[in-house]
Amino acid sequence: MTAPANTAALAEVQELPEAEAAKAVRDSRPLRLITCGSVDDGKSTLIGRLLWDTKAVKEDQAAALSRDSGKQNDLGLPDFALLLDGLQAEREQGITIDVAYRYFSTDRRSFIVADTPGHEQYTRNMATGASTADLAVLLVDARAGLLEQTRRHATIASLMGIKQFVLAVNKFDLVSYDKSVFDRISHEFKELALSLGVRQITAIPMSALKGENVVYGAGTIMPWYDGPTLVQALELATIRTATAGGFRLPVQRVSRPGESFRGYQGTVAGGSIKPGDSVAILPSGMVANVKQIVTFDLVRNAAVAGDAITLVLDRQVDVSRGDMIVSLDGQPMTGLGFDAQLVALQPGGIEPGKRYWLKAGSRRQRVVVQPVSQLELSSGKWKPHAETLAMNAIGKVRLSFDEQAIFDAYEQNRATGAFILIDPDTNNTVAGGMVTAKRSDLGGIHREGERVLLSLPADLAEELMASEAFAARRDDVDIRRISGQRSNEIFETLE
Amino acid sequence: MHKHTSEFDPHLKDPVTKPPLDPHLKALENEAIHIFREVAAEFENPVMLYSIGKDSSVLLHLARKAFFPGRVPFPLLHIDTGWKFPEMIAFRDEMAERFDLDLVVYTNPRGQEEGIGPFSHGSAYHTDVMKTEALRQALDAGKYDAAFGGARRDEEASRAKERIYSFRTPDHKWDPRNQRPELWNIYNGNIRRGESVRAFPLSNWTEVDIWRYIQAENIPLPPLYYAKNRKFVERDGMLMWAEDPRFQPLQGEQIQEGMLRFRTLGCWPLTGGIRSTATTLDEVIAELEIATVSERQGRAIDRDQAGSMEKKKREGYF
Ligand SMILES: Nc1nc2c(ncn2[C@@H]2O[C@H](COP(=O)(O)OP(=O)(O)O)[C@@H](O)[C@H]2O)c(=O)[nH]1
Ligand SMILES: [Mg+2]
Repeated sequence: MTAPANTAALAEVQELPEAEAAKAVRDSRPLRLITCGSVDDGKSTLIGRLLWDTKAVKEDQAAALSRDSGKQNDLGLPDFALLLDGLQAEREQGITIDVAYRYFSTDRRSFIVADTPGHEQYTRNMATGASTADLAVLLVDARAGLLEQTRRHATIASLMGIKQFVLAVNKFDLVSYDKSVFDRISHEFKELALSLGVRQITAIPMSALKGENVVYGAGTIMPWYDGPTLVQALELATIRTATAGGFRLPVQRVSRPGESFRGYQGTVAGGSIKPGDSVAILPSGMVANVKQIVTFDLVRNAAVAGDAITLVLDRQVDVSRGDMIVSLDGQPMTGLGFDAQLVALQPGGIEPGKRYWLKAGSRRQRVVVQPVSQLELSSGKWKPHAETLAMNAIGKVRLSFDEQAIFDAYEQNRATGAFILIDPDTNNTVAGGMVTAKRSDLGGIHREGERVLLSLPADLAEELMASEAFAARRDDVDIRRISGQRSNEIFETLE
Repeated sequence: MHKHTSEFDPHLKDPVTKPPLDPHLKALENEAIHIFREVAAEFENPVMLYSIGKDSSVLLHLARKAFFPGRVPFPLLHIDTGWKFPEMIAFRDEMAERFDLDLVVYTNPRGQEEGIGPFSHGSAYHTDVMKTEALRQALDAGKYDAAFGGARRDEEASRAKERIYSFRTPDHKWDPRNQRPELWNIYNGNIRRGESVRAFPLSNWTEVDIWRYIQAENIPLPPLYYAKNRKFVERDGMLMWAEDPRFQPLQGEQIQEGMLRFRTLGCWPLTGGIRSTATTLDEVIAELEIATVSERQGRAIDRDQAGSMEKKKREGYF
């Protein structure tokens, strides 16, 4: 019925206010968000509702929806989850297996939303969705409150650098819109989020099914709630800005279309650059100046994080794929040993001592991984753990390379601090990781089972104790505050 | 027409005066260029599927941008079912000429021999043999280890589940239940001999983005996207183009004439037109913004049953 439907649409143009919305020019990058939470908390329903109420679902898709499901909910609307659960296996089992990406927009902004699976078994697909998100919507069933899976997802989301959470206390229609339920769950959640270092939290009582506080408000049902709807909260959220810090260009390929031209192609992963700037090529450390920034459209006088460019240097230097071109000031860390956190994504887990491929940016190299500790989700504590990290485990590890590796701390730069591990036996992606620091070996001071006594000025000790590496292993450390003289005496007795 | 591809000194280019892209489209463009470069660097023998439609046109434009000032470093593959609109074929050849492209055209020899077509054999069988099977044959023949496609996640529910690097077994099977995790913009290109990936630089684009980009970048399109006086019949709720010599009206069918355009392009017997007066890009976009049906609605292939796209994709359809 193509033609009639379309003609009808044309005829209706004057009456439809949403036609205006679709036309509005979006003046910013899309906000990327994920929905996460335990099975059946209503993630797919919520996104379906978002798509429906922002008119991102077209008539024929809606028709297919009610035809396939045969069932409608008690509001006479189609089963929204079927908009998202697009795989046959998902429809058959009524669950979400893999992440689905969907697109909608309001007149203020456009959004890319990843609907992620709730089952622990499919945590890897949740991590896939979280890695690129600016914001996480964590759903809980108002009747059940926070579950272990909610904690797991909140933890993974925060590890992956998501700094903005929306807590959707869903199915609020099933708890008689009781304010005390909302207060209890949102309080508990805020404590969890704060313990993860997330400070931007918006809690919203919601019914995804009925569309209350999603795109539209809840009318007079919850007079006590005067906060934003979900969409209002999303419109106000910020996009993760690239980063402070120096210029980074991971070289993807060298363009040599003819003898007279040699350009280094890649996407700027941090900072900015202009012709005339001096740069270093890592890991070699050679220095050159930028002659030109070439793009298809014009020769540019500057490029910033996110731009896909071709860089021409003023002299012949050896640069190949996997190298990084960086500003002279504020260079990334290079070295053979790094500390990192990772999420194990496959049934085999991550084995100590095994050689994996590590890919970061365009650089792929061999690495050996040594687990150090594992996060216990129930307590939020890191427990020493040197064995295989099982699937879905979140661990701290040491990375050891044969050749120089180049990283920023993930906290400083998501693009140059992230990596994946690839199992050389299966070629599958088995972990996603985030570098925390370069490991300094202190002249080989580390030997298994041995302890080191340090005597430090109190202010330096304080700084050390404030570091994340320290906090993670606080339980392994003995500390006494003593006078300088007493310290000397002790050290003398040791000699 | 100006050839960008044969110049190595960007200074020689004409100054371009168009306004900068808005940040949303710029972000999508940057992502697509990144993917193009990554695949070209990591795989030995990539190819780009070129189906001549608007998504392919955008894909081609992005490929030219990604490798500028070099030429596109891989061939374009067109699977010709023998039932494409003649305007598509003319446009394809013009683009290949203008942009100095390596164009590979492949038609399934078995299907050609047996005279397989949508009218004689039904649309499902025709698509299976002339599109899906032909694609597998062409990919095997070229020993391609990576193939770019213009699919977008907003097109269809099973496409919304696609990775950007979508892994395929040696017999081109897709296992949607067991996809590799894909974190950040770090793509895992490790494969064994015979295996391949399909790479989708336009994954995060919507139909509206495509049109707005075409407008902003002034990308040439086949004339079928614009309304023109065409002959057609109304068959099974679809407006079928009726100017090909192989077209036979059914009993009681009236050949009509009127302003018609197409929202997607494919085999003409399977691609419904829409009545429209939009003869310019601005008018096409104005129509799109108030459209209440999705672009795939005109396509016979998707209507059969829920999950039909997934089934086709598992079998090797793009
Ligand atoms: N009463 C009520 N039911 C809901 C609400 N949201 C979701 N549901 C139902 O909860 C069930 C699970 O929803 P689904 O979206 O598949 O959950 P997911 O596993 O998190 O994706 C479905 O039967 C939904 O209809 C809500 O706000 N209120
Ligand atoms: Mg779900």
